Amino acid sequence: MEILRYAVFRFFTMLATLLVVSALVFFIMNLPPGDYLSNLIAELRSTGQDSGVAKVEFLRQEYSLDQPLWKQYLIWIGFWPGPHGFSGIIHGDFGWSFEYDKPVSEIVGSALWLTVLVNLAAVLFVYVVALPLGVLAAVRSKTWVDYTSALIGYLGLATPNFLLALMLFYYGHKYFNLPIGGLMAPEFEGEPMSAAKVKSVLVHLIIPTFVIGTAGAAAMMQRLRANLLDELSKPYVETAKAKGVPPIRSVLKYPLRVAFNPFVADIGNLLPSLISGSVLVSVVLGLQTIGPALLTALKSQDQFLAGFILLFVAGLTLIGTMISDVLLALLDPRIRYGGRKR
Amino acid sequence: MDKAPLLQVRDLSIGFGKGTPIISNISFNVAAGETVALVGESGSGKTVTCKAILRILSANAKIHSGTVIFNPGDGELELISMPERKLRELRGDQISMIFQEPMHSLSPLHRIGAQVSEVLCLHRGHRKKSAKKLVLEKFERVGFPDPERVYRSYPFELSGGMRQRAMIAMAMIAKPDLLIADEPTTALDVTTQAQILSLIKDLQAETGMAVILVTHDLGVVANTADRVVVMRNGRIMEAGSVAEILDHPKHGYTKKLIDAAPAIPHEAEPSRARQIDDPILQLENVSKSFDLRGGMFSKRGEVVRAVQGVDITVERGKTFAVVGESGSGKSTCAKIALGAASPDPGGVIRFWPAKSAPPLEVQSLDPTAKRAFQRQAQMVFQDPYGSLSPRMQVIDILTEPLEIHEIGTRSERRDRAVELLEQVDLDPAMLRRFPHAFSGGQRQRLSIARALALEPKLLVCDEPTSALDLSVQMQVLELLEDIRETLGLSYLFISHDLAVVSRIANEVAVMRRGQIVEQAAPDILFSAPKHPYTKALIAACLEPSVEQKIDLDAVAIGAGDPETWPEEFAFQASEVPPLTETEPGHLVRIQI
Repeated sequence: MEILRYAVFRFFTMLATLLVVSALVFFIMNLPPGDYLSNLIAELRSTGQDSGVAKVEFLRQEYSLDQPLWKQYLIWIGFWPGPHGFSGIIHGDFGWSFEYDKPVSEIVGSALWLTVLVNLAAVLFVYVVALPLGVLAAVRSKTWVDYTSALIGYLGLATPNFLLALMLFYYGHKYFNLPIGGLMAPEFEGEPMSAAKVKSVLVHLIIPTFVIGTAGAAAMMQRLRANLLDELSKPYVETAKAKGVPPIRSVLKYPLRVAFNPFVADIGNLLPSLISGSVLVSVVLGLQTIGPALLTALKSQDQFLAGFILLFVAGLTLIGTMISDVLLALLDPRIRYGGRKR
Repeated sequence: MDKAPLLQVRDLSIGFGKGTPIISNISFNVAAGETVALVGESGSGKTVTCKAILRILSANAKIHSGTVIFNPGDGELELISMPERKLRELRGDQISMIFQEPMHSLSPLHRIGAQVSEVLCLHRGHRKKSAKKLVLEKFERVGFPDPERVYRSYPFELSGGMRQRAMIAMAMIAKPDLLIADEPTTALDVTTQAQILSLIKDLQAETGMAVILVTHDLGVVANTADRVVVMRNGRIMEAGSVAEILDHPKHGYTKKLIDAAPAIPHEAEPSRARQIDDPILQLENVSKSFDLRGGMFSKRGEVVRAVQGVDITVERGKTFAVVGESGSGKSTCAKIALGAASPDPGGVIRFWPAKSAPPLEVQSLDPTAKRAFQRQAQMVFQDPYGSLSPRMQVIDILTEPLEIHEIGTRSERRDRAVELLEQVDLDPAMLRRFPHAFSGGQRQRLSIARALALEPKLLVCDEPTSALDLSVQMQVLELLEDIRETLGLSYLFISHDLAVVSRIANEVAVMRRGQIVEQAAPDILFSAPKHPYTKALIAACLEPSVEQKIDLDAVAIGAGDPETWPEEFAFQASEVPPLTETEPGHLVRIQI
């Protein structure tokens, strides 16, 4: 029950943090001079198309870009009435993308879920790969097992993701007939969910997951190895041995449990690095995630689109940290009962 | 001897890597039901020998030769060549082991009950449920007042003594024939040590198991062992019955060990009042409370009163010792005396830089004045391994304080470093070495040299000898005495070790629960203690003589909670008896 209370408490601190993050995102985005529309006006003027200027001026008012920054922010979030009354992110209106000339929600709509899907798959990949390899490398430290896994790990860390992506594309297609590009076969796009569509998505996921996950998995594996090595020399492991606990169990049951903490605590850190890492990969692989959209939006100062995507990524990160905090409390009694009366 | 011994170790040699063996040709026997003590200083190979018996040595240690024959009565088993799988069945079942560090020998993330019942699940085919009943019985036997609660607890929720009891329960749960106890009480307070040792003895009498007791403490040996094996540098120096070895040691090394063993005085000069004309440091009505921040699910913090109304006066050129067990508040006093922690409002710390100079009030100094004060009052820490940076050369360690206080030129600082090394009897040629090249005793000399760098007038020594071997302890104490005379220093000396204190101190205060319970000159205090807690500390202080056995009743009375002390001493809730001068120079917290 206590843990539930903690989870709820943690959820509200997360919301508060998200609010602070949204302000930071908004103000940092507005640090470079000008905005999408003022750039457009300048461009129109220099090319002599003065007739378009009036329309753009109208847009400026329509989206409150003529207001002071703090007011713009409050309108964007939805705490302050805009030209058409309250309508902001908390009211479900994510704003207008000037670049695509569509509402933001239409552009990111399906991409959001695909982003979550790709990154969840990558996180799973990181853990599934790092856990056994890290344990193996620690238990067999300074043997060929350790060295080989370290070598592969460093290769994974050192290879640029997009390069890896291109290579895997070529060989994956040549030898395993894996599909190239996209997150599903073209005929399923915009179609309702079906078994065939799910299968298509899964097949398309293989290469992106691998590409996005390798670096994270390599880093995670080294971290787990180091932590576990530390734990393996602790006296309680000796106690277990002296008790007659079989060797495999004496590693898995005691030291691994303790070494697991940083492993779990990393969920939160993993997400942002995966997502920012996956932007380029998405461009190269042609994935319909929010990555490519973010890149264009940032380049052209398309502020509502960029702001929403950044906020979304921040939200994912905060959810990740919240999950790892709650998991840590579940896993480690010292965190849970640290102040319990004796 | 008509029956074959329970355990025979024959010609055991062990080495790390390809180097020379660190254990050479060790042989000894353990008969059923007897206690054999392996005695020696650190690095003598006691622990390695024990681990070799169970074959739980670290991976880089190799058993070069030798046999270990275990005979629980139904045939001989050779442990060194036994297949790992078979040996595993013996571990924890017929031979079990207790380790030195109760704080780290239990998994921090598993409940105590689960860790203890695992032994029964492994060796007796019990399920968790059926094991629980046996475990609870054993918990009760080792002295837990509420076994159910301990069963559910995690190790970090128990004190050191309680954890060691849990370890003992775990080692005893399968009724082993042989218990190997590796320094089982070294990390514990003296009164707890006495209780744990007697517990092991009682259990041994009940079950008839044999015990191998590893220790460096001859007092422990005298009180528990039947036979003694003295080890040094991986070889056996001497072996025999306790009486033989302690009363008539033949080997020079054993004699040295016995001579180095600490003793507390039994005779006192007539009592005399304490008169202080020239104080250097005075703590007056010093208290310190900490807000205990609760864990993540506890709502409000608790206030812990670590030190309560302490008055201490250190005389110039003398040593004032504060004695107490862990949690008594003695280290907090030291920090407050140095200005490293501030006392609760109302407490005053006075420091006289010179005789009849106006005193500084340390608690209200501004940062600049405090720095000036700290030049004159320095600290020597307990752990010579942790308190010296492993990445700094000796010369940097010694000149850093001078640099911080911007004293002297580079070459002057260097000269000062050489001088400091000479003062603590270290070779000035060692200036360019790193701390890892030094032994524990040498490191502590370095710490002392560093503390002396700024020519302080007062040294606060926080357990400066506790981490050292006995023979080294003596040398460091001698050094401290010497420099006190030659440099005219005064010491505030914090320790839990009565023997050390009795040697170096001019005045001793005994602390318990943040209060001074008794204070007198050491000869008076130790030969005629008045307070039950002081009596318990003295009774628990084991001496290397077969006639002196632990007086467990005295320990039990005094080491209990202050509420349970005899009426005139007892604390009633927040009511504490006043510190009364019962005789000239002898203060006791007693209600008259």
